[in-house]
Amino acid sequence: MAPRIAEQAADAVAQITDGSTVLIGGFGNAGQPMELIDALLEGGATDLTVVNNNAGQADAGLALLIRERRVRKMICSFPRQSDSWHFDEAYRAGEIELELVPQGNLAERIRAAGAGIGGFFTPTGYGTLLAEGKETREIDGVGYVLETPIKADFALIKALRADTFGNLVYRKTARNFGPVMATAAASAIVQVDEIVPVGDIDPEHVATPGIYVDTLVAIASGPTPALAPTEK
Amino acid sequence: MSERADTDAALTRDEMARLVAADIPAGAFVNLGIGQPTNVSNHLTAEQGITLHTENGMLGMGPVAAGDEIDGDLINAGKIPVTELPGASYFHHADSFAMMRGGHLDVCVLGAFQVSAAGDLANWHTGAPGAIPAVGGAMDLAIGAKQTWVMMSLFTKSGESKLVDALTYPVTGLGCVSRIYTEQAVFVLADGGVAVRSTHGTTFAELQERVPVELTRA
Repeated sequence: MAPRIAEQAADAVAQITDGSTVLIGGFGNAGQPMELIDALLEGGATDLTVVNNNAGQADAGLALLIRERRVRKMICSFPRQSDSWHFDEAYRAGEIELELVPQGNLAERIRAAGAGIGGFFTPTGYGTLLAEGKETREIDGVGYVLETPIKADFALIKALRADTFGNLVYRKTARNFGPVMATAAASAIVQVDEIVPVGDIDPEHVATPGIYVDTLVAIASGPTPALAPTEK
Repeated sequence: MSERADTDAALTRDEMARLVAADIPAGAFVNLGIGQPTNVSNHLTAEQGITLHTENGMLGMGPVAAGDEIDGDLINAGKIPVTELPGASYFHHADSFAMMRGGHLDVCVLGAFQVSAAGDLANWHTGAPGAIPAVGGAMDLAIGAKQTWVMMSLFTKSGESKLVDALTYPVTGLGCVSRIYTEQAVFVLADGGVAVRSTHGTTFAELQERVPVELTRA
């Protein structure tokens, strides 16, 4: 079925309810669906588990969700940055739970969820604090750790362009987690700069096939600004 | 003068980066870690034909962007705007780390808090109470590339060797480091042994006195 096309970001995220697990695309600000996150903030859903590489930058996007204490748990690889002050404050106050995952394991756990894999043995993290309590196995002389899929209720993704079938094209390194996150959520919500008629995207250029996309919204936000807005 | 010769003076950071760059085999696929290793790219020559990988989904990364080239959708692992070179490609995160974990990268250069004689690496967490942990791609990088090289100062500010018998900082990866570039010496690690390839502003005997690991001369 072709994706639902929402008129507004608020409508696109309206189904996200309290307690949802939400995959949010982006590596830093590149690929972060700022307008969808703003709508989620406005919508009021709370007690969220959020999966993102980071835990928000400066005073925009995911950082604001954390500032408003909408996020109960953060699953990420790199929360601590020079401008992650809202996460730092919430974490030090004991008001947010952190599950720290090596970046490649994070991507693969999301991929596994979308690919119907029940778990996988990875060498990353073997023998480290982040493997404590996890099953390990030696295979051909190499130590591996069992990692499990990260499934989600929703994914919020930013791509460059979609056709009305939901086929997506991304832009440069803003692609990052988008394609795997689209596969791992019960409902993938995607903001794009423009929605074009079917046939306008060369099938050879599709990075995310439309089968994974549930909701589209066109928001002409343009390329990511080089620097995030800050209030400090 | 050979890149591998001893020198009377300690190496500057720039000289260390130049040495690492000269050691990277022609045509290699390379990931340079955040911080000091990033400077290695300033010393790679066009003749070497090196392709740089960045964990956030790109091969063929070019120099840091300036002026009109700056594009927030085109950044490196340190989230600094960079440029793309002819022949570049973009891919998603799971592919990027499969490329790394699958042993497709030839060399990865990382910074370190400590390295053990067995090649165990500590570079992600000081373990200090109250520190907010962050790992990023460090653990994937450490064990993923065919060769993992470290660039670090040999001694801490208080003078303790960062090349150690056993790590006291939390582990990033076990048995993964094969070479260490420091301002005082270049070390080659193999089969649990540590060989000194070159000394800089010091002697083998002086090094052996200060480094609590049995050294051999390469």
